[in-house]
Amino acid sequence: MASKTSRDVLSRGLGVLRQAIREQPRIFAVAVVGSVLFGGMIIVSARVVGTVVGEVALPAISRREVGTGTLALAAAALFGISVLRVAGIIGRRLGAGYMQYRLQASYRRRVTRRYLELPLSWHHRNSTGTLLSNANSDVEAAWYPIAPLPFAVGTLVMLVGAIVSLFATDWALALVGLAVFPALFALNVVYSRRMAPRQARAQRLRAEVSGIAHESFDGALVVKTMGREAQETARFAGRAGELRDSLIAVGRLRGVFDPLLETLPSIGTLAVLVVGAFRLRQGAISVTELVSVAFLFTVLAFPVRAIGWVLAELPRSVAGWDRVRRVLDATGEMPYGQRVLDSAGTLGPATLTFSDVHFSYPPAEAHQPGAQVLGEVGFTVPAGRTVALVGPTGAGKSTIASLAVRLVDPDSGTVCLDGVDVRELTAASLAGTVALVAQVPFVFDDTVRANISLDRPGIDDEAVWAALRLAEADGFVAALPDGLDTMVGERGTSLSGGQRQRLTLARALAGRPRLLVLDDATSAVDPRVEAAILAGLRSSTAEPGVPAASILVVAYRRATIALADEVIYVEQGRVVARGTHSELLATVPGYVDLVTAYEQAEVERAQESPYGDEVAPLPSGLEIEVDR
Amino acid sequence: MSTSVTSEKTSETAEKQETTWQTLRRGLALSPELRTGLAGTLLLALVYMVGRVAVPVAVQQGIDRGIVGGLNLDVVWSVVAITALILTITTICGYLMMRRLFTVSETALANVRTRAFRHVHDLSMLHQQSERRGSLVSRVTSDVDQITQFLQWGGVILLVNLGQLVVTTAVMLAYSWQLTLVVLVAFLPAVFVIRQLQRRLGTAYATVRQRTGTLLGTIGESVVGAPVIRAYGIAGRTARRLDEAIDAQRVAQQRAIRISIVGSSVGELAAGLALAGVVVLGVTLGVDGTLSIGQLTAFLFLVTLFIQPVQIATEVLNEAQNAIAGWRRVLDVLDVAPDVADPGEQGRKLPGGPLDVRFAGVRFAYPGGPPVLHDIDLEIPAKSRVAVVGETGSGKTTFAKLLTRLMDPSAGAVLLSGVPLAEVRFDSLRSRVVMVPQDGFLFDATVGDNVRFARPELTDEQLSAAFTELGLSDWLEGLPAGLDTPVGERGEALSVGERQLVALARAYVADPDLLVLDEATSAVDPATEVRLQRTLDAVTRGRTTLAIAHRLSTAQAADEVIVVDRGRVVQRGPHDELVRDADSVYGLLYASWLEQTR
Repeated sequence: MASKTSRDVLSRGLGVLRQAIREQPRIFAVAVVGSVLFGGMIIVSARVVGTVVGEVALPAISRREVGTGTLALAAAALFGISVLRVAGIIGRRLGAGYMQYRLQASYRRRVTRRYLELPLSWHHRNSTGTLLSNANSDVEAAWYPIAPLPFAVGTLVMLVGAIVSLFATDWALALVGLAVFPALFALNVVYSRRMAPRQARAQRLRAEVSGIAHESFDGALVVKTMGREAQETARFAGRAGELRDSLIAVGRLRGVFDPLLETLPSIGTLAVLVVGAFRLRQGAISVTELVSVAFLFTVLAFPVRAIGWVLAELPRSVAGWDRVRRVLDATGEMPYGQRVLDSAGTLGPATLTFSDVHFSYPPAEAHQPGAQVLGEVGFTVPAGRTVALVGPTGAGKSTIASLAVRLVDPDSGTVCLDGVDVRELTAASLAGTVALVAQVPFVFDDTVRANISLDRPGIDDEAVWAALRLAEADGFVAALPDGLDTMVGERGTSLSGGQRQRLTLARALAGRPRLLVLDDATSAVDPRVEAAILAGLRSSTAEPGVPAASILVVAYRRATIALADEVIYVEQGRVVARGTHSELLATVPGYVDLVTAYEQAEVERAQESPYGDEVAPLPSGLEIEVDR
Repeated sequence: MSTSVTSEKTSETAEKQETTWQTLRRGLALSPELRTGLAGTLLLALVYMVGRVAVPVAVQQGIDRGIVGGLNLDVVWSVVAITALILTITTICGYLMMRRLFTVSETALANVRTRAFRHVHDLSMLHQQSERRGSLVSRVTSDVDQITQFLQWGGVILLVNLGQLVVTTAVMLAYSWQLTLVVLVAFLPAVFVIRQLQRRLGTAYATVRQRTGTLLGTIGESVVGAPVIRAYGIAGRTARRLDEAIDAQRVAQQRAIRISIVGSSVGELAAGLALAGVVVLGVTLGVDGTLSIGQLTAFLFLVTLFIQPVQIATEVLNEAQNAIAGWRRVLDVLDVAPDVADPGEQGRKLPGGPLDVRFAGVRFAYPGGPPVLHDIDLEIPAKSRVAVVGETGSGKTTFAKLLTRLMDPSAGAVLLSGVPLAEVRFDSLRSRVVMVPQDGFLFDATVGDNVRFARPELTDEQLSAAFTELGLSDWLEGLPAGLDTPVGERGEALSVGERQLVALARAYVADPDLLVLDEATSAVDPATEVRLQRTLDAVTRGRTTLAIAHRLSTAQAADEVIVVDRGRVVQRGPHDELVRDADSVYGLLYASWLEQTR
């Protein structure tokens, strides 16, 4: 069974190599020609060395007289062979290297393109680490055998040439070659076969060690505040120990085979000496031929290793290729439609309609049912209106927000913008119509300006500053050392949470969306700042008092809710109630519990408190103003 | 992007300041186990190398004494038999040498890896955050991997080839000093050129590494930022950035291989030159009678043995340099003294019972930054529940970090029940003082495993009981598999608010005497938050709690409110008292809060 699977790996590995050759045939041809030239020159050089010893040196030394012409010719031949070998090396290595790097680049491009095309639901099913290594180390592993491949092909040609040249010399010496070369080849194959699983295990453990380090350092604050450094170290040390043992196992195998692979050709040379001496006595060969063959055995040992390198890398290559193919063959793209809304850019706020939307997240494992997150969700955000989405933690609010901007598609039901199913819209029209500000802000490792404009057309510095002003972010951005040109660092680490939120808010506003979806997007912003932002959002910059966009806002804060024309209350993935804030307050107990939680707590505290009558008076005027 | 490029450059030049030998010395000092049996290993290596020159010597002996000038098969036989015996011995020595080398070096490096891992955790939070996360991970992963991979592959080659060079030269000298001189002269220009190339190759590989880093960052951004890319329809822009990064890496790789090819070509030409020179001078010497035909033949074999190390050296020396650089980076991390250090055995334990807190003249500034806290003097009695409020950037989170000794004050001291924090042993501090950070980071495990993080001995029943005590049993039962529900990478299978609930439960079961909450429920819905608040009040009664909050409901429920404004404590007292002054900082904050929530 094991040999069956390894044969399978071999044939599939060769399939991957075929694919590589199909994609880069010309450069591969250059490399192979170089390699064959190199191999041919090795055989020729052995002949020349033998000839120099037997035909030039031997007579010269025995006659005690040197022919300058012959000597110069011999020297020129040896140097000339070197020059040709250099040409071979250049062709082979340049070809192999360029081929490998081109394939890598080409597949990295294809894999990352696929990431951009595949839907978010696919992204959710794959960890960040997996996707990173698919595009990086898996692509690299898939094309790793390409580097020694031309050398190996050239070596195969050279081995055939060597055997032929041996038979042309002497059948007895050829038999030595027929014994040694296949043995050398077989030893290489056995070595690669044995090494591959050990290498794979080391590679897997390396990834696991790296995974632990990543996670542990990501959670460094938790580890620190709970004093769990020793336990985390023990967890890491356990896996690092396994890695150490697997690397020692790799090393021991190397210790067995490396010296053997070196000794075998030496044994061959010794056999040539013995057999050659016999044949010399029989007068079947000359000293020239004896030295040629002995030299050939010495110089052949190294190139034969190249075949072993290719074979050794095949299992890794197949594994990497499978993972790359899994990305390239993944289906379930969310194709965009053909329709365009508001091509002239003249329409006002958009209308958002959810009709009988069901949604479940795909299960973690195929045989399990997916967790249903939303059921029978229906509501409308009329043009120019603000609708608040309210519900307890885990009710499905963020999912509704994702559906509204088509980050995910519903299982059934429709999400429409201005009456058009979002699935029928072009990517550009969709992105130009709606904007989502997510709960957890994401910023790119780029300048403030690039983070806001995202190179979208028509967003100049003036528009960027206008958006920043609206998001109440102009103050801190102006105070940054390089203003708009300030680099925000990896994941925006140089900014505070509230600052990141305001940047992402400004990013959304800069595109002048006709529908703005805010998913609890001001949670890290102080109440006073939030109030100012919301006030700004309610009126357009051009015409005060006229809303520029419809707004769907996920909110807990009552001031936010109070700004809404309508409130949709969700619980466990269903719309439980909808109406104005005061209607819901009067009729829906769950809603009351949620939005008046702070007041109730205060009232209860006041009742418990011995100084209950000293509770701060509520500024009643404010309440009227907000609830209007 | 430009900043990361420059920082890479500066680190590259900084790397150059320490010589290879200094790094090796430093590394050996840190890993004395590397010296274990080193003499024996080197001896075995020496014997192994003798095997390399055995064949040319056998060829010379066989030709001179057994073939040329009278064929003598007995001599050939005995030469071959002795050489075969030598080869058997050297092969076994080779195996033993590698076995010892790999066992010792892998063990030592695994220890270095683990120590570096622990050391990163011992570094202060500030230090951890000043490094890119990924770069700290590299210290215990790719940097160490680079060293082990080098040792497994290039290290042995380097060792054996250096030996081969020496032994081959010795044998060549024994045969003919004139021919040896010819070989050395032929290789001299090559060695000079290769040295120059190697420097350029080093820079070229450094560029490859740096562009690979940029590429990884770009891919990472396109994966993590997938929702933003989709929502803003900027797939085209992202694809362009990816293509640029991918091509930049490819161009750098191609440049490196071009330089490397020039190196091996020069080596090859030198070999041709040496062979030609040996033939010309060798035959001349043979005619003079100073060199036998066997010696000349052996010399031609020896020249190829001499070429190999020189050619391989270009590649391997570079790998060696990368490995040394990796080692240096690991050592550099290990050499950073943790600026917030555990006093360890010399330290004191916190006195038993509830803890009180004192800030004595505490000042704080981030390195190179303006002061964040100015002269804070304040006492928090044991068992009291205190809320710290203030606008973003007022310094309130700094409070929490100083109190839990994630950072040390620039001046003054924080004392817990009279013991300065800097003197408290970490095992005592971390078991008695627990902070719940705003970002409820969870490990990729089940809900239960995350909660029992600090106390692995807790049973599922005890965990369920804890959730019930916190009033979260309904939420827990609503999860697909209760305590066994996997939370996903970084907890991302749960909503942000749910992650905070798990983080809170995790801190609660740790049973601290001082609980510090840094906006620990900021993403939880108000009803749940209020419920949690009340249950927390009940279950933390008898302990000291300090809550950083921007939801003022927390402040209203606290025994005392500390108002921070621009790094100073501007007000303190019970909520009811503070709120009376409507124009005070707190009065304004509260008015705004009311406006938001009523």
